[in-house]
Amino acid sequence: MVIAMKLYWNYFLMELKSQMQYKASFFLTALGQFITAFTTFFGIRFLFDRIHGVDRFTYGQVLLCFAVIMMSFALGEMAGGGLAVFPDLLREGELDRILVRPRSILLQIVMPNMDFSRLGLLAQALLVLCAAIPASKVAWTPEKALVLLLMVLCGSVIFFCLFLLVASVAFFTLQSFEFLNIFTYGMRDFGRYPLSVYGEEMLKLLTFVIPLALIQYYPLLYLLDQAEGIRYAAAPLFSLLFVLPSAALYRLGVRNYKSAGS
Amino acid sequence: MKAEMNVYVSMFRIRFAHNLQYRSAVLGAILKGYLWAMMEVLGYLAIYRTGGGALPMEFSATASYVWAHQSFLVLFSVVFADSEIYSAIRSGAVVYDLARPVGLYGKWFCQSASNRLSFALVNCLPVLLLGAVTPKPYGLILPSVTQLAFFVVSALLAFCVTVAVAMLMYVSLFYFISQRGIRIIVRVVTSFFSGGVIPLLFFPKPLQRVIRVLPFAAMQNMPLQIFCGTIRGTNAAKGIVFQMFWLLILILAGSAAMKTATKKVVSLGG
Repeated sequence: MVIAMKLYWNYFLMELKSQMQYKASFFLTALGQFITAFTTFFGIRFLFDRIHGVDRFTYGQVLLCFAVIMMSFALGEMAGGGLAVFPDLLREGELDRILVRPRSILLQIVMPNMDFSRLGLLAQALLVLCAAIPASKVAWTPEKALVLLLMVLCGSVIFFCLFLLVASVAFFTLQSFEFLNIFTYGMRDFGRYPLSVYGEEMLKLLTFVIPLALIQYYPLLYLLDQAEGIRYAAAPLFSLLFVLPSAALYRLGVRNYKSAGS
Repeated sequence: MKAEMNVYVSMFRIRFAHNLQYRSAVLGAILKGYLWAMMEVLGYLAIYRTGGGALPMEFSATASYVWAHQSFLVLFSVVFADSEIYSAIRSGAVVYDLARPVGLYGKWFCQSASNRLSFALVNCLPVLLLGAVTPKPYGLILPSVTQLAFFVVSALLAFCVTVAVAMLMYVSLFYFISQRGIRIIVRVVTSFFSGGVIPLLFFPKPLQRVIRVLPFAAMQNMPLQIFCGTIRGTNAAKGIVFQMFWLLILILAGSAAMKTATKKVVSLGG
């Protein structure tokens, strides 16, 4: 176990070092991520210069949603984004080499494919969060701070799982589908507003199928004192159930894997 | 000249056939465009429900804008999967291209254009049709015949401006090592200032005065605004002239820059 941990840690360090070899390239990419998030922020800002809220949420509260989703996405993608190499690994038969090693398959793919330039996105999300914490007019208490932390942490797990799900589909199709981006990048984009604005049906879908509302809408209601009770505060924890279907699909994929490479 | 045209036409045909190979991927892209546009329309619906009076566009115009934007997303994106070109620059294979009896600017321009056009024809137009049959208030409203004619001309120009900007980016990649960084920055800047995040009309007034004259405004902004009816009649004609102006400048600048850049290419391979 210890040896295995050390191995993954070495993978991690190696990748960090190699990305840091090209410092200009690294910072340019991180800067790009930073600006990307910034334009999304300005998109919201400019709209809310003219209107003062959406449904019963103010601009500050929308910002809080946006920051939570952005941070979750940045963390989730930093770890899971590398899974996008999955279809290539499968097509070229590279996965066979990974399978013969007596270590976790997932970690062998995730660790060397960490994308540290996502720190740019994270930095931007952190800035927005700092602005949103006072602007949302939430009466902050220690419990509420804990719920906010849970929203971000569980959110990043959800996003990681989404990336895993999308990658696992490649086991059955051997190619990546642009369509599936709607579950990863799409969720990041749609999550900028409280998810209730998309209507009752969509909220149900985003609660029971893809549990994004559990880390955004329901705990937000708790933070804003619009809903009482542990159910709302602990909603992010329930969202972790999403790990089960994602892991199941991934396992099914590994079990049915037939090498495609030569 | 004629022989060169033939080269370009066959390049387009190859690309087109290639993109039709993967039917399921095509279907997926259509579905994605439809769902994405739908979600965005739902978001705007909530915004208009709360304070729509304060916004400079009617809801129906915004909905049409969103649909057209999603449908033509690929056609008007500066950064797209032009992997042949990127790898040619990175690996040095560009020297083969230079050895060919076809101008490099023309070849890459055509390659990038056909990459986008063939993809857009197959994947994107169906999204527009789906948007047109989606019931009110979610769907799009087709413009009048004159507006549609203006739109087609403007869209063609915007498409060429987009590719011309992409050409400038390729040239810059001769000098920068970080392709990924440049690509991300170019994508986000061009998309934001051409109305890809929110329509330019939603920008604050003082900022609008500046970005309206930038080349980015000659990209998707113009055809999309003509499509949804916020730019009409003589204004549309003026907009088209504005697009021609930028297209000319960008092509001149691009081919000049490419000449300078390719003069210095040193091939390492044997």
